[in-house]
Amino acid sequence: MANLPVLGEWPVLRQIAARDASGLDGTAESARTRALRPRTASADRVARSVCPYCAVGCGQLVYVKGERIVDIEGDPDSPVSQGCLCPKGAATFQLVTGTHREQHVLHRRPGGTRWEVLPLEQAMQMVAERVKRTRDETWQERVEEEGAEHQGDLVRRTLGIAHLGGATLDNEENYLLKKLYTALGIVQVENQARI
Amino acid sequence: MAECHPVAFRWVMEAKNRGATIIHVDPRFTRTSAVADLHVPIRPGSDIAFLGGIVRYILENDRWFRDYVVHYTNAATLIDERFRDTEDLEGFFSGFDARRNKYEWESWSYEGVQGVVPAAGHKEVYGEKGAGRHDLRAANVTERETDPTLQHPRCVFQLLKKHYARYTPELVEEVCGVPRALFLEVAETLCRNSGRERTGAFCYAVGWTQHTVGVQYIRTAAIVQLLLGNMGRPGGGIMALRGHASIQGSTDIPTLFDLLPGYLPMPHGVLPDRGLDQYVSNNASATGWWSEFRKYIVSLCKAWFGAAATAENDWLFDTLPRLTGNHSHMTTVAEMADGKVKGYFVMGENPTVGSMHGALHREGLRKLDWLVVRDFALTETAEFWRVAPEIDRGEVRTEDIATEVFFFPAAAHTEKDGSFTNTQRMLQWHHRAIEPPGDCRSELHFAYHLGKRLKALHAGSSEPRDRAIQALTWDYGEHGPTAEPDAERVLREVNGYTVADGEPVPGFAKLSDDGSTACGCWIYSGCYAGGVNQAARRKPQGEQHWVAPEWGWAWPMNRRILYNRASADPEGRPWSERKRYVWWDEAQHRWTGYDVPDFIVDRPPSYRPERGATGLASLGGDDPFLMQADGKGWIFAPAGILDGPFPTHYEPEESVIENPLYPQQCNPARMEWHRRENPYHRAYGDPRFPYVLTTYRLTEHHTAGGMSRWLSWLSELQPEMFCEVSPELAALKGLRNGGWATVTTARGEIECRVLVTRRMRPLRVRGRAVHTIGLPYHWSYVGRVRGDPANELIPFVADPNVSIQESKALTGDIRPGRHSFGRRSVTDGEALQEPRPTGEEAPRDLPGLHARFRHPPVEPRK
Repeated sequence: MANLPVLGEWPVLRQIAARDASGLDGTAESARTRALRPRTASADRVARSVCPYCAVGCGQLVYVKGERIVDIEGDPDSPVSQGCLCPKGAATFQLVTGTHREQHVLHRRPGGTRWEVLPLEQAMQMVAERVKRTRDETWQERVEEEGAEHQGDLVRRTLGIAHLGGATLDNEENYLLKKLYTALGIVQVENQARI
Repeated sequence: MAECHPVAFRWVMEAKNRGATIIHVDPRFTRTSAVADLHVPIRPGSDIAFLGGIVRYILENDRWFRDYVVHYTNAATLIDERFRDTEDLEGFFSGFDARRNKYEWESWSYEGVQGVVPAAGHKEVYGEKGAGRHDLRAANVTERETDPTLQHPRCVFQLLKKHYARYTPELVEEVCGVPRALFLEVAETLCRNSGRERTGAFCYAVGWTQHTVGVQYIRTAAIVQLLLGNMGRPGGGIMALRGHASIQGSTDIPTLFDLLPGYLPMPHGVLPDRGLDQYVSNNASATGWWSEFRKYIVSLCKAWFGAAATAENDWLFDTLPRLTGNHSHMTTVAEMADGKVKGYFVMGENPTVGSMHGALHREGLRKLDWLVVRDFALTETAEFWRVAPEIDRGEVRTEDIATEVFFFPAAAHTEKDGSFTNTQRMLQWHHRAIEPPGDCRSELHFAYHLGKRLKALHAGSSEPRDRAIQALTWDYGEHGPTAEPDAERVLREVNGYTVADGEPVPGFAKLSDDGSTACGCWIYSGCYAGGVNQAARRKPQGEQHWVAPEWGWAWPMNRRILYNRASADPEGRPWSERKRYVWWDEAQHRWTGYDVPDFIVDRPPSYRPERGATGLASLGGDDPFLMQADGKGWIFAPAGILDGPFPTHYEPEESVIENPLYPQQCNPARMEWHRRENPYHRAYGDPRFPYVLTTYRLTEHHTAGGMSRWLSWLSELQPEMFCEVSPELAALKGLRNGGWATVTTARGEIECRVLVTRRMRPLRVRGRAVHTIGLPYHWSYVGRVRGDPANELIPFVADPNVSIQESKALTGDIRPGRHSFGRRSVTDGEALQEPRPTGEEAPRDLPGLHARFRHPPVEPRK
């Protein structure tokens, strides 16, 4: 009996009482609907952010609850975007929370036919050792090539290691990468600006 | 713009609502065309002819903004009498060196002024190898010859007139396929909306840059805007609509081979062993703002090498690596395919899909010892060893590929602190919302910890080559459960600080060349002024004026419009009340306005440099373009551009027509890669490849798909690769809407669905129909939605200035149906090239096709 609706909540009666014959007005709203709140309202905190897709730089608000992102919306304060996001920007929530994201370091051995999971620390050390080895093996103090235009020139570099990428990264990341590579003598550093 | 930068396009619509006329020039009819006042379909690869036609229209009809042109541009400057135009030399400028396919700039100089330093572009006019320090370049710029009446036959204005004299509306119609009446409407609309009271703006994206003459496209727009007085003024300018969140930032703080942070050129092999002084004299300017060059390189060395950098050791400048030529992306990949590159880092980029000629990229990856990929998911670049056409066809076996591959999962922007620089040079900070999941880490974490390990590995070395990594300052703190370095400490170093007390400098004007300051990127100096992260400022738009200077921070010094001194007349008064922006306040004796004045703040408009003045004293009160050595906007570029001081129409590497303007078919200074895997079509009229191909993006996908093809929300909206063709071409080739087609070039072939649409329109060019096939380039072999990648079709060929591929205009063929047996690429298996047609080859260069040496005529042709 307790589950039966109170007579006064019967929609037809509400419609008659409110003279809402079409049922399109407030009488169509149930108690449940009235109680609904956007999940942004119960977020623990909001981080201010920027859309990661194109270079327009639309403002984003990242809503966090229980250390999980629960929503990403446009930032109405932004003079760039005034709260708007395009289809890609509006998909940022799936970009950062989706199941497509790989969460392990993977390794493919030379000649291997599958990926193997590697611990992060071990992989970092393996990469560092490969950088050192390749750099030592391919170091060029001067251009030694016989007859080359720059024969004898001091160059202090390696052409054995190259880098690609940066336009999707932060300025601070590009700065550290360029600084590190340059100090190692790696000159073939490029990014999407070259496309 | 409506499709690829939709939120920015809201402001175009806002302008339209206030009375602006919107013109859309594009081979395709898009969502932008749908709301524009005028849509101008144009043949891909012909924009210089179109814009050159506008230049001629402005000059012939006397529509140029006289006060602006005379005072703010180099129109009055006389050019060296040795200069010869493309009109005299069949499509070459004077100074072409046929042994190297490069121009020498001497004959393009201002009369009596050698070696003037450009604001941007290529600064290198290298001194002699082994030479000591020589004088700063072009110290006599203030003594250059000018003719303010613009009548002298060798003044820039007259040379410009002559250069574009043949770019008539009739020629525009012949080259671009744009009817005369439509062209004239565009030209008249632009002129009508420029001047004291009104301004017009250009917006462009890679549709202008991905050509063998890409830089010159932009240059032509710059000439139009200077003639019309549309630079440095509100509502004016030329806006590059860039395609990645921080592609501007990654150019300013460059992960690019030829630059150090802040557009300081990388050191070059011509420098003597002790090279700082000559590096500075090679790159600094005697006049204009680049006269401050030494302060910026010394402060950079102090930021990088700290206390180890001293005056005695030239701030360790000589430990920096040096270039000997081009080490750009295409060159590197070609060398990779030759086995010269052993290790490769790829971060947040997917070059086997996003760059030209994916098959050649994969061949390069197969030759590596090791590859590191950092991304959200396993992209085609990470999976090249098991998912690729040549593997499907059995031409390459996974077991035979010796490359060791590491995949590191990346943290998202919501999981790290940092700044993006948007397309208008504005830095905006994004705050970490949560910790990254699993082993996902930021690139900041990767770079920092890799650097830390490498410093440890090299700590005990006494090798001179390890000096730089040992001395490198690398203290950015570690915090949180992942030992993440502090991004704000990095930004602080980028901003710069005084060495004595570590306090942030307020801006680059406070940097010095005596080692007392350190600065990681001088143009970003000021972004941490007062110890405040200026990029993180978020004062709501509604609480500040319309320029919104307190939202984020724009380089340089928070200026929102560059060269905004030009928004006022030579006396410092706004050109009109309506276009008021920055002006001279005589009472306070300083520049003021809505924006931060882009000028020496207390230099009055009446100031004139003494003849022979150098440094900042050389900039007159009416020299708004203060990065240039002469403070003027360059209609004629005496230096800095590798393929000509004026933009000239050349056909793309592969075209359907012969160049109607010059016997020289293509840009003679372009870069080519002659190798088996990179065959070119005939220069024009190749019967095997009779159609124009052009690539583009869709609203619902992002570049090579790494941030969109794995998302169901976006993939549902654009699930499948397709091509766009006109009903006429469909009828001609038997293509059915929704059916399959195979698109072919000599580099590869792809299959896709066909969209038959009147949005693609055949154009009448030189009396015949030219059909264009439109190809989005987002798809490839892995991801949630898959399809063939358009970039398999694109050759290695590049603009000489910036080494950018040509994917907006090339030739190809289309036939109905899927390809016969697997996808084919040119690197392995049977050759894709059908037998070469017999008959005489159409010349691309003089003389002969694919000439490695491109000879200009000895005698000028009359």
